[in-house]
Amino acid sequence: MTPLLAVDGVSKHFRGLLAVDRVSFAVAPGDILAVIGPNGAGKTTLFNMIAGVLAPDDGTIAFAGERIDRLAPDAICRRGIGRTFQIVRPFPALTVEENVVVGALLRHHHVASARRHALAVLERLDLIDKRAQPASTLTLPDRKRLEMARALATEPKLLLLDEVMAGLRPTETDRMVAILSGLNRDSGLTIVLIEHVMRAVMALARRVLVLHHGAAIAEGPPAAIVREPAVIQSYLGEEALA
Amino acid sequence: MTWSIYLGVVVQGVLTGLVYGLMALGLSVIFGVVRVVNFAHGEFAVVAMYAAFLLFRELGLDPLVTMLPIAAAFFIVGFALQATLINSFVGRSEHEQFILLVGVAIVILNGLLMLFGPDARPANLPYAFDSYAIGPLFIDKVRIYSAVAALAIAAGLFAFFRYTVTGTAIRACADNLTGAAVVGLNVKRLYAITFGIGLACVGAAGALMVTIADAAPNLGPAYTLLAFIIVIVGGLGSMAGALVGGVLIGVSEALAGFIIQPSMKSMFSFALLIAVLVLRPHGLLGRRA
Amino acid sequence: MIELWRGLEPRARGLIAGFFAVLLAAPLVADRYLVSVLTLVLYYAYVGQAWNLMMGYAGQLSLGHALYVGLGAYAAALLWVHFGIGPWLGVLAAILLAMAFGAVVGWLGFRFGVEGVYFALLTIASAEFTRIAFDNMGFTGGSGGLFLPYQRERLGEWWNLRGGQLVFYYAALALAAGGVVLAARLSRSRLGYQWLAVREDETAARSLGIDAFGVKMKAVLVSSGMTAVGGVFYAFYYNNLFPAQIFDIERSIELILGPIVGGLGTVFGPVIGAFILTPLGESLIALTARLDAPGAKAVFYGLTLIAIIYVRPNGVWPWLARLLGLKERAP
Repeated sequence: MTPLLAVDGVSKHFRGLLAVDRVSFAVAPGDILAVIGPNGAGKTTLFNMIAGVLAPDDGTIAFAGERIDRLAPDAICRRGIGRTFQIVRPFPALTVEENVVVGALLRHHHVASARRHALAVLERLDLIDKRAQPASTLTLPDRKRLEMARALATEPKLLLLDEVMAGLRPTETDRMVAILSGLNRDSGLTIVLIEHVMRAVMALARRVLVLHHGAAIAEGPPAAIVREPAVIQSYLGEEALA
Repeated sequence: MTWSIYLGVVVQGVLTGLVYGLMALGLSVIFGVVRVVNFAHGEFAVVAMYAAFLLFRELGLDPLVTMLPIAAAFFIVGFALQATLINSFVGRSEHEQFILLVGVAIVILNGLLMLFGPDARPANLPYAFDSYAIGPLFIDKVRIYSAVAALAIAAGLFAFFRYTVTGTAIRACADNLTGAAVVGLNVKRLYAITFGIGLACVGAAGALMVTIADAAPNLGPAYTLLAFIIVIVGGLGSMAGALVGGVLIGVSEALAGFIIQPSMKSMFSFALLIAVLVLRPHGLLGRRA
Repeated sequence: MIELWRGLEPRARGLIAGFFAVLLAAPLVADRYLVSVLTLVLYYAYVGQAWNLMMGYAGQLSLGHALYVGLGAYAAALLWVHFGIGPWLGVLAAILLAMAFGAVVGWLGFRFGVEGVYFALLTIASAEFTRIAFDNMGFTGGSGGLFLPYQRERLGEWWNLRGGQLVFYYAALALAAGGVVLAARLSRSRLGYQWLAVREDETAARSLGIDAFGVKMKAVLVSSGMTAVGGVFYAFYYNNLFPAQIFDIERSIELILGPIVGGLGTVFGPVIGAFILTPLGESLIALTARLDAPGAKAVFYGLTLIAIIYVRPNGVWPWLARLLGLKERAP
């Protein structure tokens, strides 16, 4: 079966710094992959390359069998990849509903049907009561859900989530996990998420990729990964292995 | 020997350009540090021109001398203006700043119109028509004096920013505002000082300009645009850039006016501005953003 | 248009209909002077609306919009003076010419990432460059100006915009009303949403599949084309065109004051702004005439601008709408 996303030997330099070092992995349709690693490991740079914000210096990225590594961010979204940002970027002057309508307009060219779809997404993400509020007035957890709702409204096949659990309380984290696994189960949405919150990683991910200093050092199911010596060392240092 | 005529035009352009450069330096400091789009810049310069003109007419004082007290007065005005009115607009959107300063510009320009009328007022210096003969060229004394004065002030400013504590603090604000606030710099006060310095440059430049051009209210907008062109071509955030840009624009306008036609001299400057904005937005000497 | 009307609450409908009826009937009760002031107000309401689409919705600050007024004016005027082609056809040439220039300015700006203040300066430079060019071009009349001849025998031809005050008043009213309708339609359309998204956060908009470049270009094209129609009106109303006047940065500034004072990114902002500023300007002229100081009016005008932007930076209309109990979507 062709993987939905195939990243092959991708590297990125910033002047002297090697941010991503020949990383390769594949994601099957319907899979949930978590990308973890200490800060500065290159996770967001990797995401930015998949999302088209940066171009890789080496390697290729293929989505549904087609090369996407030189495409612009808007073209990549049109192909079916949605993304959220590490620091959320709502449209502040627009209401919650209007924010999501913008996303829905990608596939629904009529505002009325885009609005219907947007409301359905808001319902799913539990934001329907706040739909008339300006996005600038939302709390952080709500903004994160809004960002997800907006990306989901574009009806992606693959959703890239960048530290979407950061700053959430455990109950809110569980809520997000429930929403995401529900989406994965019901519509087969493939998810790749960068995450530090291990609670979410363990609950959600079927596979985990570990990055350290830009290179992939381990890949496998969550339970096995957290016991891998290399992974423990990258997070906690040599002493932790002793 | 036509080449000596061209050389004369170029030299004229360089000297005038240095004075323009001083005016633009004020804008570079304001725009580069406080990040306020000062669309009233040229109007302030014209006020300085009138101030120097009045001091000359009433007290017989040479603008090269009154340049200093005028600059000092403008510093105070700039400091006060920033601390009171403009400070609340610092973070605001461009169009709001623009309207505020356009309002200020309109008030200044028409205030001058009310006080002095629309006619151009020259400062008839006794040595206005004297010139030095250097080689085959005759160079106006006033242009040399004002260019030297402009350079002197610019050098002083450069030393201030490089070697004094306040100057360094101001450069810190320009570089990294949050960082500056976090280390305890009084940003609001530094902004006020910077705006004061910027207007002081304008004041000095205006006083110098009245030796080579007649004071008239309608020069305001043209000088504002000129300052922006120079700052962008020369490079934002670079003091040398403002002077280099000034010289470049001064020379190109002088040559364009001479070779093509006086009415078309600004066309080249605007084309240059467009080219720089599109191709090399950090200008000739500016830092890459 | 029917859905637009249906979408309004009854209160809003009443106010709009009433307002429009008053304007429609105004010439019956108003004197010549008032009608001429109103004509000017409606003209500014229209061109302000055109500029507002680009700035208030798409967030692109153009400070050289007089360029499009001038191009539109000259295009239609030249066709009339040299070929006898009336404004109904002339306006097509005007729109195309303005859009061509707008496309160049937009392409230079958006393709090369020239944003904010720098983009604004680009637009100023483009207008100034064109002004000087027209000043030196023979066939447009150069700095001496282009004149539409007074032809007594044609006075009744309202379709050629030849006639008395009323022809121009109703033409301006039609433009202003048309501008409002167009703005209302666009702001609720797919493109309108895309404009807002790009204005609020271009990076986020692109991540949602919006072609930011294309969307911004459309904003410039619509805005410049719309403004050019105002230029055609200008040419036939004033009958004389001077580059130093029509392309001047003062004109560019004038036409953006209304939308900013009235309320950026709102459908009625430019209209309200024009209704506030133009009569304000006229009454200031009358008041300060006694002072016999040229420029006194402008000083007060400038002070008013400073006051308004200080106190109501979002414009008067959002505040007024709240006062009247109306709901318009936030800018």
